[in-house]
Amino acid sequence: MLRDYARTIFFERSREEHYMKKLLREFSKGIFIENPTFRLALGLCPTLAVSTSVVNGFGMGMAATFVLVGSNIIVSCVRKFIPSKIRIPCFIVIIATFVTIVELTMKAYFPLLSKSLGIFVPLIVVNCIVLGRAEAFASKHSVANSVFDGLGMGAGFTLALVVISAIREALGNGTFLGLTILKGFDPALLFILAPGALLVIGILIGAVNYFTEKQHGA
Amino acid sequence: MSGNNFTVSPAPHIRSGLSTRAIMYLVILALLPSGVAGIYIYGFSSLRVILISMISCVVFEAAFLKLRNRDPKIALDGSALLTGLLLAYNLPPEMPFWLPVVGGAVSIILAKQIFGGLGHNIFNPALVGRVFLQISWPVYMTTWKNPRWAVDAVSTATPLAKEGAPLFNYMDLFLGNHGGCIGEVCILALAVGAVFLLVMKIISWHIPFTFIGTVMLLTWIFGGDSMFSGDFTFHLLSGGLVLGAFFMATDYVTRPLTKKGKIIFGIGCGIMTVVIRLRGSYPEGVSYAILFMNAVVPLIDRYTKTRKYGLQK
Repeated sequence: MLRDYARTIFFERSREEHYMKKLLREFSKGIFIENPTFRLALGLCPTLAVSTSVVNGFGMGMAATFVLVGSNIIVSCVRKFIPSKIRIPCFIVIIATFVTIVELTMKAYFPLLSKSLGIFVPLIVVNCIVLGRAEAFASKHSVANSVFDGLGMGAGFTLALVVISAIREALGNGTFLGLTILKGFDPALLFILAPGALLVIGILIGAVNYFTEKQHGA
Repeated sequence: MSGNNFTVSPAPHIRSGLSTRAIMYLVILALLPSGVAGIYIYGFSSLRVILISMISCVVFEAAFLKLRNRDPKIALDGSALLTGLLLAYNLPPEMPFWLPVVGGAVSIILAKQIFGGLGHNIFNPALVGRVFLQISWPVYMTTWKNPRWAVDAVSTATPLAKEGAPLFNYMDLFLGNHGGCIGEVCILALAVGAVFLLVMKIISWHIPFTFIGTVMLLTWIFGGDSMFSGDFTFHLLSGGLVLGAFFMATDYVTRPLTKKGKIIFGIGCGIMTVVIRLRGSYPEGVSYAILFMNAVVPLIDRYTKTRKYGLQK
């Protein structure tokens, strides 16, 4: 009797541990193995456009993370009631709701950031990472899993944006977070223009692929 | 590739004795008069730019070949030297020493080695380096130097950048008596090199003549205040048109393979150059035009694919 009880508790606990591990995995996969920018090559349009300074990149990443988590929760909640034929419009409406929240909040509390991100905040509605996670993950998984998936993908996107914009801001403007790094350094204007974004993203994707391959090859 | 009767086409092939190395060094030889002219016109600062650019290109090539586990000696095959020389010819004669170094790194690493080295690059490496510098440091790249004969020469910009009617006579433009890049100013020296390449059959007439012809025709039609009144001689003699048409658009790696393709390529380069010169925000468009057409080369090659030997339609 006692032994049965102990066994139940043990199994319960291991199941719980297993569950937590799974959630953690859903979170961490977004950061490296399935990083939306570097591995899935999703959401490149906002990445190219707003990664001119670290502040912009971080702001955009945070906004997208909020929308991701919110839309993932709602989509996951209603996944059983949405007819599959009209699921995409439904997802878009849900996403647009959260984007509107972000947009209005940003306008009210971070007017400068909102001004410099411009059209790209409302354009999160059509960001393929958000729609992609709703379609590929949240519409098939439980709410808890979807939350962690959204958090992980958002963190991965933010990380990618911060890395790219740090490189571009340092080389193209000679600054980090607006502070001059090195006096006498002549910044290469190209890096804060569009070709610089394409170059930096291309080289970073190449580097990530190289190291991933090396890891799996060994 | 030598000989009038041969075109690059599907098999069977006939071997010629001319190696890549020989072609590269012949092109460098053909470019020498223009370099000498540039040094003579602008003084020794241009020699400094040329040397730094060539040395850094070879060093970066060797270093990156080593990184890719290839024999670093390949760097001496002349292609890196040629890239460095062409890059320097596209730079103003006086600039900070690190500018040609950065240009060489971009040319060799970003435009050439990352794509897989000689023969695999999509874009002309020297032009990529030049455009990178042009966009990144526009101030250094448009600081021109007076030519040695300058008594009353205009020191601000290349003739192309000037508003209104040009103050230059054609003789000055032909000999290089004006501000400009090291290798593009002396049309006489470039013409000597171009004739040498044409006689040696290193390049064919298709790209340079259609390129220059298109530019002259279009600037004649649209370049003036009214139709058919443009100063086409001025557009031929100023800027990097001659250098670009004979020495850079004809780069073996980044041009189309067939005769028909080359003609399309040349005309396309000409149209893009004129559009940028007359309507764009930059005064000069040759380098952008060639890079743009480089990107289209795979399409041109597919469109002008030759019939396989012995194959009936």
